[in-house]
Amino acid sequence: MRWVAENIDLLGAATREHLGLVVAPIVLSLVLSVLLAWLVSRTPRIATFTTVASALLYTIPSLPLFLVIPVVIGTALRSPTNIVIALTIYGLALLVPTAITSTRGTAAPLVEAATAVGHAPRQLFWQVQLPLAAPEILAALRVVSASTISLATLGSVLGVAGLGRLFTDGFQRGLQEEIISGIVLTVGLALACDLLLVLLGRLALPWTRRSPGVRT
Amino acid sequence: MDPAVAGGAHVSLVDDTTAWLTDAVNWSGPAGIPSRLGEHLLVSLVVLVASVVIALPIGMLIGHTGRGVVVAVAVSGGLRSIPTLGLVTLLGIWLGIGLEAPIIALLVLATPPILTGAYAGFRAVDRDVVDTARALGMTPWMVVRSVELPLAATSVLNGLRSATLQIVATVTVAAYVADRGLGRYVIEGLRTRQYGEMLGGSVLVIILALVLDVLFAGLVHLLRPAHVRAASRTVTRPNTTERHLVT
Repeated sequence: MRWVAENIDLLGAATREHLGLVVAPIVLSLVLSVLLAWLVSRTPRIATFTTVASALLYTIPSLPLFLVIPVVIGTALRSPTNIVIALTIYGLALLVPTAITSTRGTAAPLVEAATAVGHAPRQLFWQVQLPLAAPEILAALRVVSASTISLATLGSVLGVAGLGRLFTDGFQRGLQEEIISGIVLTVGLALACDLLLVLLGRLALPWTRRSPGVRT
Repeated sequence: MDPAVAGGAHVSLVDDTTAWLTDAVNWSGPAGIPSRLGEHLLVSLVVLVASVVIALPIGMLIGHTGRGVVVAVAVSGGLRSIPTLGLVTLLGIWLGIGLEAPIIALLVLATPPILTGAYAGFRAVDRDVVDTARALGMTPWMVVRSVELPLAATSVLNGLRSATLQIVATVTVAAYVADRGLGRYVIEGLRTRQYGEMLGGSVLVIILALVLDVLFAGLVHLLRPAHVRAASRTVTRPNTTERHLVT
């Protein structure tokens, strides 16, 4: 604990760096996967392609992906951009299939009812299918958030800053306190983000809240 | 900023990688690609078998009895939120350079998907089917072996598939402390700025992961329950909320 007290600035800085790495991929994968699901609802032919592409991208191990991205897009090897792009790819690999199947999975009678009360086909996705699919997408987003925060620590092997540098630095110096602090902070950050997502979900999706006193 | 890989230099990186991958020197001897690939596969197989032995019976028991699901969800969720590199480096300084640290780290990371695949698959079996099997006079063991396990096969195998991906990826990272397997090229190349070696190793790991995943997909397809085979042509896909990348 003395080590923690003496190095509180380092821990704070590493946490801030880590947040800088993970917020963009989490937000981007949510926005892009909803847009892709919308595209699929307009042109169902691309559904198989997007599902297969997601499964393939998911398969690529992360450390190799971090290293191959700079070659493909021409960034510097130790640029945080590589990590952000790689984490967004993993986020999409998890979220896109969920977004597509859950928005497509709206029960036929609901779609018919929505059409009957006057929803045009182009309104259906945003006003009926997406709101109904939202709880499922939120559940997948929580998984994305947890795995993104954990995966981002691997960037330190390349020399990208973040909580992961507590692992590489702690290993080189043989400091177990530093590594344990890094693990605790990573898990803590993941839990905090998960809680935040649950709260945001309650605010943004009031229709998923059960009204008090009513049991279903 | 690393001038060697900035901007237009990435064309030469592709050349370096091709050169490294096609150099005959890299394909022979104890440091050659075949022996490192063998090492990678052997470590992965040992860990996979060990984690199946540990997690599959527990997962089946939880799924069969319906007891301990909450604990199982909490434990596997907790284990999965531990960052791989943190676990590998911590065990590395406790146990020293060698294979012990990565193997323990690998076991911790590979058991959750197997456990989840097993109990989720067993829980998803229609309770009426299980009750019918009991009513026909099947013993609990017969119910597990002849009813629940075949019906849960897809879920169990998808758990194994996730675990295998996880293991292959983590063995790569474990080279950071153990210097074994294909990850050694990646880590060594990074340290010494031999980018051809680093990227060559990365390409090999990616190919290995893709090949193993395709093999598993084939196995899942072959071993899917008869009624699924007969009823539909839908592609079986692991439930995304059960999947969770940590490496």
